[in-house]
Amino acid sequence: MGNAECHAVSAPSPFRTPHSAFRIGFTLNGAPVSVSISASDRLLDTLREGLGLTGTKEGCGEGECGSCTVRLDGLPVCACLVPSYQARGRRVDTVEGIDPAALTPYLESGATQCGACTPGVVMAAEWIRAHPDLLATHSIRELMAGNLCRCTGYDGIVDAIERALADGGPRG
Amino acid sequence: MHRREGLAKLTGRERYVDDLPLEDFLWGATVRSPAPRGRITGVRFGPSVDWREFEVVDHRDVPGPNCVALIENDQPVLAADRVRHVHEPVVLLAHRSRSALRRAVAAVEITVAAEPPVLDFRVAPRPEQVQYGADNVLKHLRIEKGDVGRALAAAPVVVEGTYETGAQEHVYIEPQGMVARLEGDVLVIEGSMQCPYYVLKALMHALDRDATRLRVIQTPTGGGFGGKEEYPSHLALHAALLALKARRSVKIVYDRAEDLAATTKRHPARVRHRTGVTRDGRLLAQDIEVVMDGGAYVTLSPVVLSRGLIHAAGPYACDHVCIDGRAVLTNAVPFGAFRGFGAPQTLFALERHMDVVARTLGIDPVDLRRRNLLRDGQSTATGQVIRDGADREAVLDRALTLAAWSEKRAAHRVGNAADPVRRRGIGLATFFHGAGFTGGGETALRSRVHVAGLPDGRVEVRTANIEMGQGTLTVFTQVAAERLGLAPDDVVIAPADTSRVPNSGPTVASRTTMIVGGLIERACDDLRRVAGLAPDTRGDALGAGLVRWHARHPGSEPVGVAEYQRPPGVAWDDATYRGDAYGTFAWGAYVAEVEVDLRTCAVRVLDFVAVQDAGRIINETLARGQIQGGVVQGIGWALLEECRWADGAMANAQLTNYLIPTAADVPAIRVAFLETPYPLGAQGAKGLGELPLDGPAPAIVNAIADALGVEPTVIPVTPERLSAMRSAEWGMRSAMP
Repeated sequence: MGNAECHAVSAPSPFRTPHSAFRIGFTLNGAPVSVSISASDRLLDTLREGLGLTGTKEGCGEGECGSCTVRLDGLPVCACLVPSYQARGRRVDTVEGIDPAALTPYLESGATQCGACTPGVVMAAEWIRAHPDLLATHSIRELMAGNLCRCTGYDGIVDAIERALADGGPRG
Repeated sequence: MHRREGLAKLTGRERYVDDLPLEDFLWGATVRSPAPRGRITGVRFGPSVDWREFEVVDHRDVPGPNCVALIENDQPVLAADRVRHVHEPVVLLAHRSRSALRRAVAAVEITVAAEPPVLDFRVAPRPEQVQYGADNVLKHLRIEKGDVGRALAAAPVVVEGTYETGAQEHVYIEPQGMVARLEGDVLVIEGSMQCPYYVLKALMHALDRDATRLRVIQTPTGGGFGGKEEYPSHLALHAALLALKARRSVKIVYDRAEDLAATTKRHPARVRHRTGVTRDGRLLAQDIEVVMDGGAYVTLSPVVLSRGLIHAAGPYACDHVCIDGRAVLTNAVPFGAFRGFGAPQTLFALERHMDVVARTLGIDPVDLRRRNLLRDGQSTATGQVIRDGADREAVLDRALTLAAWSEKRAAHRVGNAADPVRRRGIGLATFFHGAGFTGGGETALRSRVHVAGLPDGRVEVRTANIEMGQGTLTVFTQVAAERLGLAPDDVVIAPADTSRVPNSGPTVASRTTMIVGGLIERACDDLRRVAGLAPDTRGDALGAGLVRWHARHPGSEPVGVAEYQRPPGVAWDDATYRGDAYGTFAWGAYVAEVEVDLRTCAVRVLDFVAVQDAGRIINETLARGQIQGGVVQGIGWALLEECRWADGAMANAQLTNYLIPTAADVPAIRVAFLETPYPLGAQGAKGLGELPLDGPAPAIVNAIADALGVEPTVIPVTPERLSAMRSAEWGMRSAMP
């Protein structure tokens, strides 16, 4: 048995090998950025460590919890599953780019408690808000099923999205 | 009032431990035991790594006693010669590169000469498996009321049942994390935690370092649920040992797999009931036996057991009760605090059993509960006379009405007969939860709170109680603002930093609003006295008074102080386990409606109604959110969340296969409050944080029983387990337990 099992516990996560660094450029929250990455970097690390945007959180590192949800060319993705080089030349939007004024419904509905899932929730929710046509085929609960929250029981989040949709489209 | 730090969280500006700016630091990592029990025969540092680049720490680097101070000092900071569970910490490594660190962890080989482990808490240990006392029993407790033996012998009907609940992982979304850094001679610990003073105590003990050279600061905590009650002391010690040796800052952040595999979980439990009743459903005797799996060290198991036992007989009047319980050692990763703290386990068994009793007697489960619910003036199993003015029957009736209980039962009978593949059912649980520390715990804690007057006329509330999502910052602000007539913005909540705040006790046990909030009110009153203001001074006059005080006393500040004192008339005897186990209880009645797909045995919760009387509600949005979140955590425990074990290790340590509910798995949770004020709680509030974990599992499983006519006794009721039950009913063989 042995150590293999033990190591499996502390294993996953990115390997950063500084030797193979290269630069990529992309549009981050509407502004062009250039950043040095290595081939195996995850977009999550590039955002948090390379660019200092710590709003995007790591909850599981395997695309299950959705805490690291960002938008890539408008679509919500788990930044822990996206190799940074895939962002090259594309549009990346993070929670830091959301207009705080758009977040009032979330505050009013109790959509955030501990806050660890919240940036990911906001990015997925604002995607729904930008595309209300999604609700013709999916419920809010189905669309939010990629974002685990352990505090709210989801009612606060669902209420907030309904309230935000009633308020009108996205301002973020 | 909206959540005070809400916008910071929504915009991603809130900085958790992993987000803090930190210069020139090393990452820390833990090398863990590969075996559940044995003697360490070697620690080999493999040749693939240049170890000169690494800081390496083992048990010999612990300056003080090698133990994590808690109830009993039996758990080592780092294993020295033996290990007692898989993933027990043995060696610590630090390096500036996280990836190099991961390769290094993999290059350390710990060899263990295996000794026979205990891997099933339900089985008595063989002599060679005994590792604690004479029988591995970490704690034995007994609650006795009346004469249960005679009452059972005389009872016209006796109903027996055995119920089991599994381990549950907290799955706070922010994993455990801690930073240790040196500021001159002071070792500063910052991280995700519920109890800064627990961490301080553990550091003082194992580092043999006095409090003046230690400072513990809580960082915004991304969920706790009990999982950050005792465990952060381990991370703090690990980070501290590395930082002291390296003379550099060290950060340890667990990834999800390590967090799932190596940290505490809810105690698994088995509860046996023998219940004597009259034919019309009056409880005559409750004989209850509880066994809990404590895991490999004592940790908090004695107290978890205690709370579990005190809640085991439920909110019912019964003259003859015996509750006998043991927490036993196994070689599992130690189990620990988890929202509800033993009560959800015993209340699942009780409330499931109440339905079995009702069905045995052929009476309605609602009637059985209604007949036996405590009335004011009657007493609990410990002899605590309940006289809080709450109407427990009204809580029940409100839940039944909101859930449309009778209408749904009738509709299900018709619908189930017509549907070939689906069955619907409805289930109920009535329960209670004691708020604050058990027994004499609050008196022993002697919590202190300070409220200081600031030079600009604002006030600062200083407590060690932390925000982890439950709303402490907001509720404390409301309590102080209301008491002093100030605007919320004129109330500052001091960071939970042991160099700045007194020890107001841990953020656990549904005590923060009720008990610490109550102390804030008294400290506000004391501030007026200290500042020489009349007792009715409020608002602008109070602010102006504080400004004047500062003008007259440069370099000083007025501080109102409150210390917990046992309320008059409350008595507890720890030797006999008789008396007032809690200052007060909150009461709940939850109703679940489920649909079971007969083809897949998947259970879907269609509707959930949660009604409670938890005293006055200070912030409706926050309180409702607490209840909804707790209910969904309870739904997960009832239906989805199962730790699979292999040789004492969690085999499904990933969110891919340890499943918690998503938004699509649960219905809207409908919440209602009855508000009978509790005079000793802040603004009349009782504790409510843990209450919502107690009701969902029994309500849901009772609904499954109602739908299918089977009696599940083990949770989680996964499709596999339910399918096995149904197969067994049909006389088919099955591999499931």
